[in-house]
Amino acid sequence: MGYEAVIGVETHVEVATRSKMFCGCPNGFGAEPNTHICPVCLGLPGALPVPNVRAIEATVSLGLALGAEIAPRSVFHRKNYFYADLPKNYQISQFDLPLCRGGHLDVETETGVRRVGLTRVHLEEDTGKSTHLGESGRIRAAEAVLLDFNRSGVPLMEVVSEPDLRSPEEARAYAAELRALIVALGISEARLEEGQMRFDANVSVRPEGSMALGTKVEIKNMNSLRSLQRALAFEVERQTPLLEAGREVEQETRHWDEAAGVTRAGRSKEESSDYRYFPEPDLVPVTLEAALLERLRSALPELPAARRARYRALGLEPDAARLISEGEGYGDLLDAAVAAGAEARAAALWLSGEVTAHLRRVGMSLASTPLTGAHLAELDALVAAGRLSATAAKEVLAGVLAGEGAPEEVAARRDLIQISDEGVLAAAVAEVLAAHPDELARLRAGEQRLVGFLVGKVMQTTGGKADPRRVSEAIRRAAQ
Amino acid sequence: MNGDPADLTIAAAAAAMCAGELSAAALLDAVRRRAAATEAQLHAYLTLDFEGAEQAAAAADAALARGEDLGPLAGIPVAVKDNMCTRGMETTCGSRILSGYHPPYDATAVARLRAAGAVLIGKTNMDEFAMGSSTENSAYGPTRNPWDPERVPGGSSGGSAAVVAAGSALGALGSDTGGSIRQPASLCGVVGFKPTYGLVSRYGLVAFASSLDQIGPFTRTVADAATLFEAVAGHDPSDATSYRGPVPEVRSTLEAGPAGLRVGVVAELAGEGNEPAVLAAFTRTLEALQGAGAEVRELSLPSMSYALDAYYLIAPAECSANLARFDGVRYGLRLPGDTVEEMMAASRRDGFGPEVTRRILLGTYALSAGYYEAFYGRAQKVRTRVIEDFARAYREVDVLVTPTSPTTAFRIGERTDDPLAMYLADVGTIPCNLGGGPGISVPVGLDGQGLPIGFQVLAPPLGEAVLLRAARAVEALAGFSARPAPATSGVG
Repeated sequence: MGYEAVIGVETHVEVATRSKMFCGCPNGFGAEPNTHICPVCLGLPGALPVPNVRAIEATVSLGLALGAEIAPRSVFHRKNYFYADLPKNYQISQFDLPLCRGGHLDVETETGVRRVGLTRVHLEEDTGKSTHLGESGRIRAAEAVLLDFNRSGVPLMEVVSEPDLRSPEEARAYAAELRALIVALGISEARLEEGQMRFDANVSVRPEGSMALGTKVEIKNMNSLRSLQRALAFEVERQTPLLEAGREVEQETRHWDEAAGVTRAGRSKEESSDYRYFPEPDLVPVTLEAALLERLRSALPELPAARRARYRALGLEPDAARLISEGEGYGDLLDAAVAAGAEARAAALWLSGEVTAHLRRVGMSLASTPLTGAHLAELDALVAAGRLSATAAKEVLAGVLAGEGAPEEVAARRDLIQISDEGVLAAAVAEVLAAHPDELARLRAGEQRLVGFLVGKVMQTTGGKADPRRVSEAIRRAAQ
Repeated sequence: MNGDPADLTIAAAAAAMCAGELSAAALLDAVRRRAAATEAQLHAYLTLDFEGAEQAAAAADAALARGEDLGPLAGIPVAVKDNMCTRGMETTCGSRILSGYHPPYDATAVARLRAAGAVLIGKTNMDEFAMGSSTENSAYGPTRNPWDPERVPGGSSGGSAAVVAAGSALGALGSDTGGSIRQPASLCGVVGFKPTYGLVSRYGLVAFASSLDQIGPFTRTVADAATLFEAVAGHDPSDATSYRGPVPEVRSTLEAGPAGLRVGVVAELAGEGNEPAVLAAFTRTLEALQGAGAEVRELSLPSMSYALDAYYLIAPAECSANLARFDGVRYGLRLPGDTVEEMMAASRRDGFGPEVTRRILLGTYALSAGYYEAFYGRAQKVRTRVIEDFARAYREVDVLVTPTSPTTAFRIGERTDDPLAMYLADVGTIPCNLGGGPGISVPVGLDGQGLPIGFQVLAPPLGEAVLLRAARAVEALAGFSARPAPATSGVG
C-alpha cells in the first residue's frame, strides 16, 4: 500500500517597511546589536504601539494578489507568553479577525498546476534575537544569553496555507511561488539567508486514497526552501514506517536540525501553551475603506504567473521564462528591450547567459549596472545586421556592463564593427583573389579546402572586420 | 498679599505673578517649606526634585521678567503621580520591581506640563501599579490623609490628592482606572477630574488597564482643574487610542450656572450603601442645585449593579498582560536564577506586592482557555450594557450625579485584610471608566468627624463643557472652603 503526505505550510515574512511595525525605529538587517531600539520596541514602561500603515497595506496587497477576502474590520490581539527576547512578554499579533482570509496560490509542479488554498494572512511583530553562549549552544546548558532587540517589532507577515500539499517537492514549489509573489509585490526582498522568510510546516501521512487525516506533526525552524523540503522528506520517511508497522504518530512539535539533517522532538510540556489571546487595548481596530482597497488593487503589479505566461507566449522556454520573471530586475529589463525593438528570445539569452555570468562574477545586482533595455535592443540589431559577430557581441556587452557606453559606441571604440558594405567587401575579396591566382585556379578545380585559406587572407587584409560567413560565400561565388 | 502662597489656587497664584506680587521662586519656596512641614507625617511624595524645580522656576521668572505671557501654568508648582514617566527622574509606580528605574523619556502629559512652564516638584505616592483604593499598597509605605493622619487618603492616586490638600503642590496629575482620581479627591477634600478616555495621552503612563486608564488633574478648584486639563489634553500621535478631534472647549460655559441644567441622580448608587453623612451632604447639594434652577430627577441604570464585577475581570485581565514586561531582563529588579525562567519568576515573585500578584493571577485565570468566554467575554458584554445605559440616560439628562465614595476616609489598616471591602470603595466611580465618559469629584462638606465628602458629576464622552459647568455650580453652591489643619511642626 502506498502512502501520501498531507502538508500545510506557515510562512513568516519580514515586511520591508522603512520603520518597524509599531514604532519609528529603522527596519534593517545587519546593524550593530541594540542600535535600532526605542522605548516602544524595548517594551519600556509606558510606551505605546502605533501601527505602521505601510505594513498593513502590504499585507492587504498580498491578500488581494491571492484572491483572499479582505476584512473590512480587523483586530490586533495580544499573544501572551514569557520569553527573554519578547520585550513585553506578549506579542502583538492577530487572532480571530486577521486582515485576510481565504484565497489561493497556483503552483506549478511536475504533475501540473496545483491550486493551494490559503487559510489566512495576518500581521504581527517580530521578536528580538537570543544568542545562547556556552558549549552546546542549547538553551538549557547556556552560560549566558545575549539579547539583540534590533529585530524586535519588525513587521512580520504570516501566511498560512491549507493542508493542500501532497509532497515535500510540492511544498517547496509552493514556498518558491509565494516567495516570487512577495518579491514581485515589493513586500520583501525575502532573503532567506537573512531570515527574512522562514517556514514552519504541519505534516501527516495517510494511506493513498484515504480521505481521513493522519496525526499531524508541526516542524519548526526551516530557513530555506531546501531545508523545508529536506525536513518534510525526513518527517515523511519517519512517519511512514510507523504507520506501516501499525503504530501511532505522536502529535507533537519537532525542530529541524539543519546540520544533522533530522527533526527532533521538542519538550512537549514547553509546547503546550495557552496564549490567552485578547484584543490589544492599546490599538483600535483596523478599518479598511473601499477606496483604499481599490487603490491597492489597481496598484498591483503584474504577478509572476502572468508574467511567465506572457514570456512563454513570446517564445521563451519555461526555464528562461521563470528565470527572467523572478530574477531581480530581469523582467523589467527584458520588457524594456522588447519595447525598444529587441527580439525577446535573443534578449532573454543575453540576460540568462552573459549578464547573469557577469553579475555572478562581480557580485552585483542588475540594478547597479548601467545596462538598459535600449542597449540590449541595439546589441540585438547590430548582430542581426551582421555588423557584430557573436564573439564580438559578448565583448561589447561586457564593455556596456563595465560602463563604457552604448553598444555601438563600445564596438566602434574597440574596433569590432564588421564590414557590412557589400561593395567594400567585394573589393577586398577581389583584391585577395587577384593576388592569389594559383589558389583560385586550384579551388575552381575542386580543391575546396582553399576556401578557408582565402577567407583567412581576406580577414587578414580587413583586419578581422569582415564577416567570415559572407566572405566565404563571396569566394565560392567567384570560384564558380 | 495675605497668607501663605502655598495655599493659593493656581488661578490666584498666576494672577499674583502676572501682577508682579509673587515670583515663581518665592512660590516654590513656600511650597518647599510646606512639604518640609508635612512630608514626614504624610509621606505623599516618593521623589522630590527641588533642584530641577528651582531651575524651572527661575526660567519662568526670567520669562516673566522679559514680559512673555507663558500662560496660566507658568511657574506653578505641580506634582505628578509616580506612574508617569519623567525623564531622568525615578519612576517606581509604588513598586519594588521598579525601584531605581529612571525612564529615558517624559510621558506626553509630563512633557506638556513642562512646555506650559509648570514647575515639576516631584512624584507622588500611589498604590502599587495603581491597584488599590487607599495608597496602602505602596511598596514604600502608605500616605496619610492630611485631614487625619490616622486615615488613608484614598487611592490609588492618594499621594497626588494629599499634596494638593496639604499645600505641598498647587496642582497634581493622577491617573484614574476605576476611580483612582475621584475617590482620593473625595477623601482629601479636593477636586479630582477624570477626562473622557482618549483626551489625555496615555503615552508614558505606565499601564494598569489600558482600556480604562486616564490621566487627570487634582486641584483645589474646578477652574484650576480646567486649567490643568487644557494644558495636558489633546491628540498625541504616539497614543493610537488618543482622540483625534478637537478638545472640548470648557472655559466659556464654566460660570454658566445650574439654571436649566438637567441633573440625573443614579438611583443604584445614591441610596443605602452610603454612610448617612455622605448621603446627607449629597441630598443637601441636590436641593441647592434644584433651588438654583436645575431640574433634578432620579434615573435607574440597572447595569451599575454589575459594573464592579465586570471591572474586576477586565482590569485584571489587561493588567496581567501589561505587567508581564516586568521580568528583570531589561530594567528594574533582577533576582538571580539558574535559568532565564527562574530569574524571571524570582524577580516577579519578590518584585510585586500581594495586591498586584492577586490581580495578575485573577486576570491570567480570566483569560485562560476555557474560561475566556465565561469571564472576560461576559465582562465585555456588561461593559457594553453600561455604555448603553449611560447613552440612554444622557438622552434625558445633561449630567448624572452620585456620591463619589460611599464613605469618608477610613482608618489605615482597616480594610487591608479584606480586599472585597476595599474594592467596594470604588463602586460609585467604576461605571464611568467602563463607559468612557468624564467624571469629577467636588468637595461639598465634612462629616461629623471633620472628614471631607465628595460629590461626583458624570457626563457623556466629550461632555467636558457641561461636566465642568455643573461641577463649578456645585462648588459655588456648596461653598466648601475648609482646609486641613496645618501640620503641627516642621518635622523632617
